[in-house]
Amino acid sequence: MSNADLIKSGLSRRYRAERRFRFYGIVAVTVALSFLVLLLLAVVGNGAGALRQAQIKLPIVFEAGKVADANWQGLVKDSLRAAFPDVKNRRDKKKLYGLASSGAGHDLGLMMKENPSLVGTTVSLWLPASDDVDMLLKGLIDRTVDEGSRRVSDKELVWVDALLADGAVELQFNTRFFTSGDSREPELAGILGAAVGSALSLLVCLALSFPLGVMAAVYLEEFAPKNRWSDMIEVNINNLAAVPSIVFGLLGLAVFLNVFGMPRSAPLVGGMVLALMTLPTIIIAARAALKSVPPSIRQAAMALGASPVQVVTHHVLPLAMPGMMTGTIIGMAQALGETAPLLMIGMVAFIVDIPQGIFDPATALPVQIYLWADAPERAFTERTAAAIFVLLMFLVVMNLTAVILRKKFEQRW
Amino acid sequence: MYVTPSRKMRKTVEALVKVILVLSSTVAILTTVGIVASLLFESMRFFSAVPVTDFLFGLKWSPQTAIRPDQVGSSGAFGAVPLFAGTMLISAIAMFVATPIGLFAAVFLAEYASPRARSLIKPALEILAGIPTVVYGFFAALMVAPWLRGAGESAGFEVSSESALAAGLVMGVMIIPLISSLSDDVITAVPGTLREGSLGLGATKSETIRQVILPAALPGIMGGLLLAASRAIGETMIVVMAAGLSANLTANPFQAVTTVTVQIVTLLTGDQEFDSPKTLAAFALGLMLFVTTLMLNVIALAIVKKFREQYE
Repeated sequence: MSNADLIKSGLSRRYRAERRFRFYGIVAVTVALSFLVLLLLAVVGNGAGALRQAQIKLPIVFEAGKVADANWQGLVKDSLRAAFPDVKNRRDKKKLYGLASSGAGHDLGLMMKENPSLVGTTVSLWLPASDDVDMLLKGLIDRTVDEGSRRVSDKELVWVDALLADGAVELQFNTRFFTSGDSREPELAGILGAAVGSALSLLVCLALSFPLGVMAAVYLEEFAPKNRWSDMIEVNINNLAAVPSIVFGLLGLAVFLNVFGMPRSAPLVGGMVLALMTLPTIIIAARAALKSVPPSIRQAAMALGASPVQVVTHHVLPLAMPGMMTGTIIGMAQALGETAPLLMIGMVAFIVDIPQGIFDPATALPVQIYLWADAPERAFTERTAAAIFVLLMFLVVMNLTAVILRKKFEQRW
Repeated sequence: MYVTPSRKMRKTVEALVKVILVLSSTVAILTTVGIVASLLFESMRFFSAVPVTDFLFGLKWSPQTAIRPDQVGSSGAFGAVPLFAGTMLISAIAMFVATPIGLFAAVFLAEYASPRARSLIKPALEILAGIPTVVYGFFAALMVAPWLRGAGESAGFEVSSESALAAGLVMGVMIIPLISSLSDDVITAVPGTLREGSLGLGATKSETIRQVILPAALPGIMGGLLLAASRAIGETMIVVMAAGLSANLTANPFQAVTTVTVQIVTLLTGDQEFDSPKTLAAFALGLMLFVTTLMLNVIALAIVKKFREQYE
């Protein structure tokens, strides 16, 4: 056999191997991307339900005595009792009252405060229903299951069906989810408190890390002599970028909380910890942006008599700014998604009130997701997914801004 | 307007600005110093209550603190071996998932994909890297874990609802983009001459990749894998939400294990006094975590740097 024959005889095998190898690559990419799709589908599929919440329509009689006692929940109970007069048994009554959310009375109280002339009148109102009714209307409670192992009893089913037939129970847009703070009751829980907490932390983070990061980058790139010290800073920054985030949380706990005695759970401390964490990212991005400004700009400025600081502030920095902003936005997006360090400094407390400033106790969006994911109620699962969706939307907007900034201001010299 | 002969003011301002710049660049150093100092200091206090050897080699982890001083078992046990083993198990599963997928994806992107496909797939993979870890945790705890449990039941063996496998799998997905983008960089950095030489000798594309490019890129890829491993070891939210709290010393991926990061979180969340060995133990664990990941990073960065120099 000649050499050519030898080579030819192996060819088809080698081509098969070639195709197989290429196929493995396609499989790997497909698997990775399908994980992404699966993840997003899981979030959207679970979270879409939280956009709507069961509301129950009740004629409320603002009876003077109960109003004077501020017994708002009592008004709700009266109305439910009037709707189902044949419920006599005490235990059944308790179940009946449970159809409306325990927050319904609170809503009445607020209405009364705004409009005291309501006393004595009867108003038909949409009030939040309990999470069980909500789950039932969304079809997440299986009616065919044996009563004992179902969250909703047969009697409750009858009542809800009666209300449904009257059009007195329906799913409505869940405004509360976007306008209120956390709650133990899923139907009353909202993400505004956590979102404000995240925003406050990010503000602190930005106010600290952007100027510090830019100044450090300017020093390292424009002024630092090439010596041991600047080498050490550089190695340090690279290593800091890879330190697990939870270690930054430990630093915050030991130094900011225990040594400096700063308030626990405050966005101030959260922002400081996040700033230390994002600093390496910002410095690295800012240095890359400064590097991309050609030396001829500096030389021209210098030749016209500008001092080194003037060269930087008048010419190099403005030209490098888009790149720096892009890096900063990406750093902020990282900080927004970070959870572990915030757990360490106590931003996991159960906080109902919406924080008013950086010293108030607060949580953050990812922490809220973590807390809700842990809650046993089925209704919290869809709220968790919806909160994730909101968080991802914020991240998409931030990253898109970064991409657009880069596209718009990118310069090739 | 004229230039004054004495530029004293200008000089002062320049000097001042420079001082401020130097100071801000030392923040990075201060952060490292702060981390090391606080971890060391609190760990010292912990090791004065619990001997180092008990911590490093003890097989039992049950960090209860006594409510009454005479309570049974009030001393607690701080043997961290089950935590190290759990961390290793979950990270190993994650690497096992992410390494082949990440590497093949990188090879495909670098060598086979058309520029257009590459410009679409690469950012899509990077989205995976941008998703917050708490989202992966949710996915692991509420989707993957119940699914695995169901699959295990129908196959006839028991899977704990908080299994190492669920956490490891999802963590693997999280580090795929890290491995693929680092390997992609390294593979594209291999000089074209090596590639052309191999193709010129009649090797097929896959033969070239397997026998020439991957061996040439191996140091860089190893560096990338080490970085990914360090990410997996330090990852917190996925394991907190999906891996569980029970400190089992097991190599069975279907059982619940706990990790160093999970224990740090559980020891430090909630209200407790700061001086008990229980809270101080978290800092000792943090020190271990910091030292391990730092070593991995230093080695990885050194390897990658050496690789770059080789071909520049």
